Amino acid sequence: MKEAAIAALIAFGLFVLLIGFRTDPGPTGALVLSTRFGVLAAVVAAVFLGALARALVLQQFAGPIERMVPVSLKAALSRMAPYATAAFIAFAIFVPIIFYNNRYLLDLGIVTATYAMLGFGLNIVVGLAGLLNLGYAAFYAIGAYSYALIALTFGLSFWICLPLGGVLAALTGVFLGFPVLRLRGDYLAIVTLGFGEIIRLVLLNWQNLTGGPNGISGIPRPSFFGLPFNATDHGFAATFGLAYSPTHRVVFLYYLILALALLTSWVTLRLRRLPIGRAWEALREDEIACRALGIDTTTTKLTAFAIGAMFGGFAGAFFATRQGFISPESFTFTESAFVLAIVVLGGMGSQLGVAVAAAVMLGGFEFFREFEQYRMLVFGAAMVAVMIYRPRGLIATRKPSVFLREQKIVPAAIVGEARTGTPA
Amino acid sequence: MEYFVQQLINGITLGSIYGLIAIGYTMVYGIIGMINFAHGDIFMVGAFTALIAFLVLVAVGITAVPLALFLVLLIAMALTALYGWTVERIAYRPLRHSFRLAPLISAIGMSIVLQNYVQVAQGARVKPLPPLVHGGYTLLEGHDFAVRLSNIQIIVVVTTLVLMLGFSFLVARTRLGRNMRACEQDLKMAALVGVDVDRTISTTFVLGAALAAVAGLMFLLYYGVIDFFIGFLAGVKAFTAAVLGGIGSLPGAMIGGILIGLIETLWSAYFSIEYKDVAAFSILIIALIFLPTGIFGRPEVEKV
Repeated sequence: MKEAAIAALIAFGLFVLLIGFRTDPGPTGALVLSTRFGVLAAVVAAVFLGALARALVLQQFAGPIERMVPVSLKAALSRMAPYATAAFIAFAIFVPIIFYNNRYLLDLGIVTATYAMLGFGLNIVVGLAGLLNLGYAAFYAIGAYSYALIALTFGLSFWICLPLGGVLAALTGVFLGFPVLRLRGDYLAIVTLGFGEIIRLVLLNWQNLTGGPNGISGIPRPSFFGLPFNATDHGFAATFGLAYSPTHRVVFLYYLILALALLTSWVTLRLRRLPIGRAWEALREDEIACRALGIDTTTTKLTAFAIGAMFGGFAGAFFATRQGFISPESFTFTESAFVLAIVVLGGMGSQLGVAVAAAVMLGGFEFFREFEQYRMLVFGAAMVAVMIYRPRGLIATRKPSVFLREQKIVPAAIVGEARTGTPA
Repeated sequence: MEYFVQQLINGITLGSIYGLIAIGYTMVYGIIGMINFAHGDIFMVGAFTALIAFLVLVAVGITAVPLALFLVLLIAMALTALYGWTVERIAYRPLRHSFRLAPLISAIGMSIVLQNYVQVAQGARVKPLPPLVHGGYTLLEGHDFAVRLSNIQIIVVVTTLVLMLGFSFLVARTRLGRNMRACEQDLKMAALVGVDVDRTISTTFVLGAALAAVAGLMFLLYYGVIDFFIGFLAGVKAFTAAVLGGIGSLPGAMIGGILIGLIETLWSAYFSIEYKDVAAFSILIIALIFLPTGIFGRPEVEKV
């Protein structure tokens, strides 16, 4: 009771000015002050009740949140995980057939798959190698701009430009990674942030090449192995004897990005079993031990960085061809933070988790459209909450990639203890 | 020549604001070794608090500018300090024994929360404030260019200097400062010899946030316009300042701030204004790669 009252008092202090009053530009341009004490009272009351409820719940279940879930349920969930993955992929494959006439849902599916792919790519860097990359949108941007510029300047087809976009992004990753990868984790994060912003600012100001804030438009659409999606005699529909429909292209794009995303995921899963993947995971757990065991940390980090960047570049090339128009607006820090949020919420290192997180977050975007302005607020809060309560992600359990006979699940508590000390 | 002197004055003013924010980064990093990514947004909250507090004071009839500014300063410092305390309590304290990247990710989440909270509560449009402090002095009279030192620039630099001196005294001479330095050297050891570590860390956040609030007010007065996004750029630049000066060092933060302010201003004046942020970010990267301990920092020893 007393704690709840204190919480309410603090909340009042926090919100009295910023919620209790609102400033709006008046008719003369000067700011006009209006009061919203009703909202303020509601927020403070909510904090009071929330604190009260929290205290009551904590009294009931003494102990960490983890233990509130019964063990049997957890075991059942972990047995279901492989089926869930299969079901998820099957559902993803059948989406265009089920929702063939629902253009809106198909577009949503494409966006979701794009973000899932970005999430997979970033997951290699963050989840496997444990390198926090805050400038992932830069690789996405490089993929998109390379695709757009190469396709427009040299008239090459999508299937040539797509790998080129990925390769250029990977090269940028190596170029950036080479000098910075010996930095410690959080310094590295800030450097990648700076790099991401530099790329965006260069794209914004290099008017001759990138069109500056106006971006690049008229980017060629992809073709079905040479057959364009249009109503002409040489188009996709005419060749296969179908009636022309603009939905063909959407469905094709959907399967294209789905295939790319699945490819990313599959490559990640295979890489985890290779020596390089094991080295990444070892690096994430303890860099000093890695060095002591003779792992070349710089090369290991560099490969993670480059491969992550490459998939970001693929996703960027796809984005460019789908939109037909790109501008620096699409590659801000918010974009990087959003992809990072997907990875963090899904569980760093977990493929299914990232896919589900992308679906839930983008689905949530659409579902709560009228609360649009609150969504980033909720994502930010969710990132904090996940770090506190489930640092390995919402649905992830950490399974060792390599094991003897029996696969053991490593509880988050043990994993967390690996790094208790604060740096000196 | 006159033009150069003018840019020097502008750069030092801007740098003072960065320096005030940088202190928050440098202290927190010194003690718990984390980058408080939300600190730039705390600065932004400080600026908004100051703006609204000023408008409320005007509404209740306090219009004498010096008195109003003084009250605004106190209110903004107190309320922003409360934000600093709350952020630490909610988002960082539970993570003190978590894995390495957890506090940074949590801080990024908090930064997103603060930004969007202010955007939702106060709207996304920029908030203008008519200039409150007028006047100034003309220092040098060239044939076509006069170097001016405005009163607001004097206020910014003098406030910063006074706060810096007060703060250095606090860290060097008081019990609290001693606790802070003890925690900086070794958290566990400090706890063993009876330092209340949690409280010391909280106080660090509170002090950092209060200084950020002052920076917010100065920014508001100097530029006369704020929006919910100012915290991001200012935060990154102040962090650059902290790194450049040597993370963990107070005079380093100040000198780093002034260096960044000067570089940014001179770059805009002589090269290209479009690329001024590129210059700031490049310095961040260069400093982290080639000078990770900064000008006044101690080399970091990595322990198993």
